[in-house]
Amino acid sequence: MSEQNAAPAATIEQDTVISLVDMNKWYGDFHVLKNINLNVQRGERIVICGPSGSGKSTMIRCINQLEEHQTGSILVNGQELTSNTKALERVRKDVGMCFQHFNLFPHMTILENLILAPIWVRKMPRKAAIELAMNYLERVNIAEQSEKYPGQLSGGQQQRVAIARSLCMAPKVMLFDEPTSALDPEMIKEVLDVMEELANDGMTMLCVTHEMGFAKSVADRVIFMDGGEIVEENEPDAFFNNPQMDRTQLFLSQILSH
Amino acid sequence: MTMVFQPSPDMPPPASQSGLLHWVKNNLFNSVTNGLLTLIGLTILASIIPPLVNWVFLDAIFQGTAETCRQGQGACWAFVDAQIKLFLLGPYPTELAWRPILSAVLLFGLFIITARHMLKTAHLVVAWLILPLPIYWLVGGGLGLEVVDTSEWGGLMLTLVLAVVGILASLPIGVLLALGRSMNNKVIKSFCICVIELVRGVPLVTILFMATIMLPLFLPTGVDIGILYRVQFGIILFSSAYIAEVVRGGLQGVGKGQGEAAVALGLNRWQTTAFIILPQALKIVIPPLIGRCIALLKDTSLVVVVGLLDFLGIAKAASQDAEWLGFDAEAFVFCAFVYWLLCFSLSRYGRSLEKRGRVDHH
Repeated sequence: MSEQNAAPAATIEQDTVISLVDMNKWYGDFHVLKNINLNVQRGERIVICGPSGSGKSTMIRCINQLEEHQTGSILVNGQELTSNTKALERVRKDVGMCFQHFNLFPHMTILENLILAPIWVRKMPRKAAIELAMNYLERVNIAEQSEKYPGQLSGGQQQRVAIARSLCMAPKVMLFDEPTSALDPEMIKEVLDVMEELANDGMTMLCVTHEMGFAKSVADRVIFMDGGEIVEENEPDAFFNNPQMDRTQLFLSQILSH
Repeated sequence: MTMVFQPSPDMPPPASQSGLLHWVKNNLFNSVTNGLLTLIGLTILASIIPPLVNWVFLDAIFQGTAETCRQGQGACWAFVDAQIKLFLLGPYPTELAWRPILSAVLLFGLFIITARHMLKTAHLVVAWLILPLPIYWLVGGGLGLEVVDTSEWGGLMLTLVLAVVGILASLPIGVLLALGRSMNNKVIKSFCICVIELVRGVPLVTILFMATIMLPLFLPTGVDIGILYRVQFGIILFSSAYIAEVVRGGLQGVGKGQGEAAVALGLNRWQTTAFIILPQALKIVIPPLIGRCIALLKDTSLVVVVGLLDFLGIAKAASQDAEWLGFDAEAFVFCAFVYWLLCFSLSRYGRSLEKRGRVDHH
């Protein structure tokens, strides 16, 4: 926690892509997120873990305002998130998101899923959008399925399409909300491989996941949340081998022992 | 040492017990109660069907005059044949009959083009939405065509004009009302709820009377729109409210994740609604929408109460023709048959749409 305070202030300003400051959120009377402070640097890969109901999904959903926060501030690329819809749409263009249930558009083909936002949001010509989309579909090894509908693909293929769909918008940050939790065991690896490749290309990533192997091999920083708070954050080595808080130790012993 | 896994070969399923006798036993006489019910049903059918077939086909008179009919035992289809122009077009001038016929060709042509997917969806939507204009122009005249006063419209043509224009105009209005009802803006939301609930709270007959009697009171003096247009307005209003509620059900049926994925990609609210939410919502509500079309087609027969001679109204009028007195039954049976034919085709079309929808979704 102390290392980011130690960095010179100027670099933080320049390289911080996301910054959450004293962020709080309530659902009615229920305090879901408590005083969240988090800075994400350009190119940083962060894995967020914790028991269910700990607020990890809610936190990353606040970053593109699928959930509204009540107090504190969120800055994405230096732009503060308020209820200003236009500003919000600008921010969302630069923040990609993958969901647990993929949320592909079932009434459109894979290709149509990919080119929709580039054409209507980035105002890209249709031809260029198709070229871009096919490029990304090749990168996730699924180009030959481009004319099919999402319902005709397996879960793993759908999630790879969802990742490609986000990438078509050339996001500066990618948010992953439990991208492998709804997948059959045999399909988890193909999705993690794509995510790992993305990380190696230097994408800034925030992943909520229970895949500890992925956290160990890819993450720059692991964040552990419980009860709506960030309990502990550290580099993966230190986090897994030498957790500081008893709550973290308990969590790790439970998920790593089975 | 690793062993190589050999998948077992696929075997055919066991031969099913089949044959007519087996089917009868399984479906008609599989228990004592069902056996009894089957026998009762067969007895009832046996007492209804032969006389009906005799009346409709075997003893029926297909050609001739009223006199030949009165001497025969069966139905007098010669009457329907003689009055067919009246049934289809009402008092519409015969020499201009090509105009409503051309409208009908346009309508069914577009129907076939839609059913066979010969145009892009966006083009189809536009074509359907502007269809009321050529229909009203062809039938009513103006802009170079001889004007036919709406008092001369009638018969099946009037029924179809009221129903088709009613459905086509109320679909977009109903969708807008449904979207308005699901908006956060309290003013728009309350307005939409008021319109929907007010209209749904009164019978169509009331709306038709209000449209014919009260609408002129709200119009500036000097402006007079014909009764037919007022009735058409009433039908559109009525249908819009029901379609709004049907569409609202569809909007609620689209998963929350769909809208989230769309806005997460940077699409604005209108793009999300138009490209993601609405297409899926409308697909979900195709069966109830077809149901609304069928209901509206039949509801148009209520316009007789405000003095318009639609298909049913003209059937009654035709059977009071001095030359052909006494053939009400034939008039109404013919009427019922045409209504059934239209509604049944619509319902079958709806089924095929549903099936196609499922293929896309898997």
